Amino acid sequence: MLKNIFIVVILVIVSLVLVNVLHKEETYNLKLELLKQEYAFKPIPSVNHYKLPELQKDFKTPQEVTEACLSCHTETHKEVMASSHWNWERLSYVKGEGVSLTGKKNVLNNFCIGSNSNEKACAKCHIGFGMDSNKYDFENARNVDCMVCHDNSEDYMKGASMAGYPDRLVNLKSVAQSVGRPQKGNCGSCHFFSGGGNNVKHGDLEAALLSCSRDVDVHMASNGMNMECVDCHTAENHQILGKLYSVSTSNTNRANCEDCHTNTPHFSNVLNRHGSKVSCQACHIPEYAKVNSTKMAWYWSDAGKLKDGQPFHEEDSLGNHDYLSIKGSFKWERNVKPDYVWFNGTARQYKLGDKITTIPVQINTLFGSHNEKDSKIVPVKIHIGDQIYDKEHMILIQPHLYAEEKGDSAYWKDFDWNKSAAAGMHNAGLPYSGNYGFIKTKMYWPVNHMVAPKEQALSCVECHTRENGRLANLTGFYVPGRDTNKMLDKWGFWLYILTIVGVFGHGAIRVGLKVYNDKYSKQIIEYHGQDLSDDLDG
Amino acid sequence: MNKVYIYSGFERFWHWTQASLIIFLALTGFEVHGSFEIFGFEKAAQFHRIASWMLIGLIVFAIFWHFTTGEWRQYIPTTNKLKDQVLYYLVGIFRGEPHPTSKTKLRKLNPLQRLVYLFFKLLLIPLTVSSGILYLLYKTIDQNNIVVIENYPLESIAFWHTLGAILLMIFLVIHVYMTTTGETPTSNINAMLTGYEDLDDEEENKNKS
Repeated sequence: MLKNIFIVVILVIVSLVLVNVLHKEETYNLKLELLKQEYAFKPIPSVNHYKLPELQKDFKTPQEVTEACLSCHTETHKEVMASSHWNWERLSYVKGEGVSLTGKKNVLNNFCIGSNSNEKACAKCHIGFGMDSNKYDFENARNVDCMVCHDNSEDYMKGASMAGYPDRLVNLKSVAQSVGRPQKGNCGSCHFFSGGGNNVKHGDLEAALLSCSRDVDVHMASNGMNMECVDCHTAENHQILGKLYSVSTSNTNRANCEDCHTNTPHFSNVLNRHGSKVSCQACHIPEYAKVNSTKMAWYWSDAGKLKDGQPFHEEDSLGNHDYLSIKGSFKWERNVKPDYVWFNGTARQYKLGDKITTIPVQINTLFGSHNEKDSKIVPVKIHIGDQIYDKEHMILIQPHLYAEEKGDSAYWKDFDWNKSAAAGMHNAGLPYSGNYGFIKTKMYWPVNHMVAPKEQALSCVECHTRENGRLANLTGFYVPGRDTNKMLDKWGFWLYILTIVGVFGHGAIRVGLKVYNDKYSKQIIEYHGQDLSDDLDG
Repeated sequence: MNKVYIYSGFERFWHWTQASLIIFLALTGFEVHGSFEIFGFEKAAQFHRIASWMLIGLIVFAIFWHFTTGEWRQYIPTTNKLKDQVLYYLVGIFRGEPHPTSKTKLRKLNPLQRLVYLFFKLLLIPLTVSSGILYLLYKTIDQNNIVVIENYPLESIAFWHTLGAILLMIFLVIHVYMTTTGETPTSNINAMLTGYEDLDDEEENKNKS
């Protein structure tokens, strides 16, 4: 009998398991194969610049190269000069604050703080020549630096603190003759080293991507698709697709995974449906800073310690600076699990002169919430730290950091915060009370690169788990497996236990009484039997 | 007493398949709920979906069967002898008293069973299945490959679905225990497996009443 029940139960379970086992997951993914085919063919340029007569001369200044470029590409400078790469600002809209110009010109960060009064150093990453102050002429086409993006010889580099001019060792002729489609190294020369060193700022963009395995980044892997940045960050008229929310505000002109992979990239529709609330990146970038460490914290308040009157530095076991007299102390991390936030594609930045309203100061704010239609969960790197602010005006201070020589009020030479703050704020045209302090700051960096092979994507339980899941900090919405109705669970559990106890109690009494009654009736029979025998004897 | 063919082939198939599916759905469902770990969340969720469609299919057949055979009349509730039945389970059963109602092919269920199974069929299963379907259809993909999310909150759907599941599990415990209260402890289960049970003759019953 019981055997039959077991057979039926087991048959049902076995058939269910078989359905799953026999269902082959490794079906040929045509969508993906088509994409691979598309990007396997690297574009072949239609012009070999080496052969052009305009480029057969020894250029004395980089501006001469630009003039040579413009002699054929006669209108291209207009496109470049309309870009944020050139202007360091663009028209931005923030809900409730309206339209404004936002960009590196006027936002701050919690790394090297800001470019104002430090242009000579910061302009190493400006696509122009000669930006040495905030009085730069953005109308001069001769100063457009074509080479930094289009050099394919890998010999071009901008000089350190040379206001965006190339290093003196660069052979301008050979660079000019080898221009072409931007490669990883072109974009990386700035985007990998922002914040003063490799992988300092982004965490997911670093020099290791120039030659990495699929485990680090499936798209850029040299043993994989070996894609270039511009394969995804395509450009039309030099307006490049994609942006980062350290300087951007609106949900436009974004480079999305879905652009190539579509809304429904998985065979499993359960996974496809996740896409409405969970970004691709959230599951497919389990970790960032997979090769080299990235900065997670930067405390400017520790800066200024000197040994024998001289600045010094200290390194951690991996060779990362954890202290620099000129910059303060840092925390570095490698193989970092991202934090997760709701994000609807719009953001705001703290702009020079803004009043401090929260502590920690939100250097940038990513807008979004679980009940907004356009919001998705995205992975972010959160960079914290402290930096100088004006205690009376309650604004963050733009310090003057870089100068070539001592005596120019620059903190990196003179180590005097007061002078540095006064000079920096004066340059920015902002008031400075003379009363400074250090205030905690927080900055959010959406993580979009270092996409892992699909086998390494997050499994369900990373989020669908009662405790310490990846989404433990995001509340207010129901995640199966994570959230429960505490009252229902508690009452349900005890009611269930009570039922089992009741059933066993009822059964025990039945069995007990039956055993007792059986014994009792047996005794009666025995008694009667005895009686009978007595009678017989008698 | 007579050996009566009381449960038809379909009825038995339906009963045991439904029982296995409900137990399997409970195992996978409570794993998805986070109560324990057996298959792993991913497999549990996947199995739960497959088994839920199987159960829905089975229920469709069962409803059809109930109406075409007229078996639904077995569940018409009655208060006649209901009190006696309750008292029997509370007191009489311990004293070894006989069942207050007799089981026949046309009256398989005692008044208490009628009420409980009617509750099971009209409230508990519809509650759990309909909340489950709403759970399944919370997000759908439309013809334009756009994911559509329903307006109802998942939290309350999950609440009703869990409530249904808990009540079903409590039903299961009591139900399994009650099978032992027949003529002999295994006579009821035996009947549901073989279809045959030793019952008083219907003719006899009619004469009695």
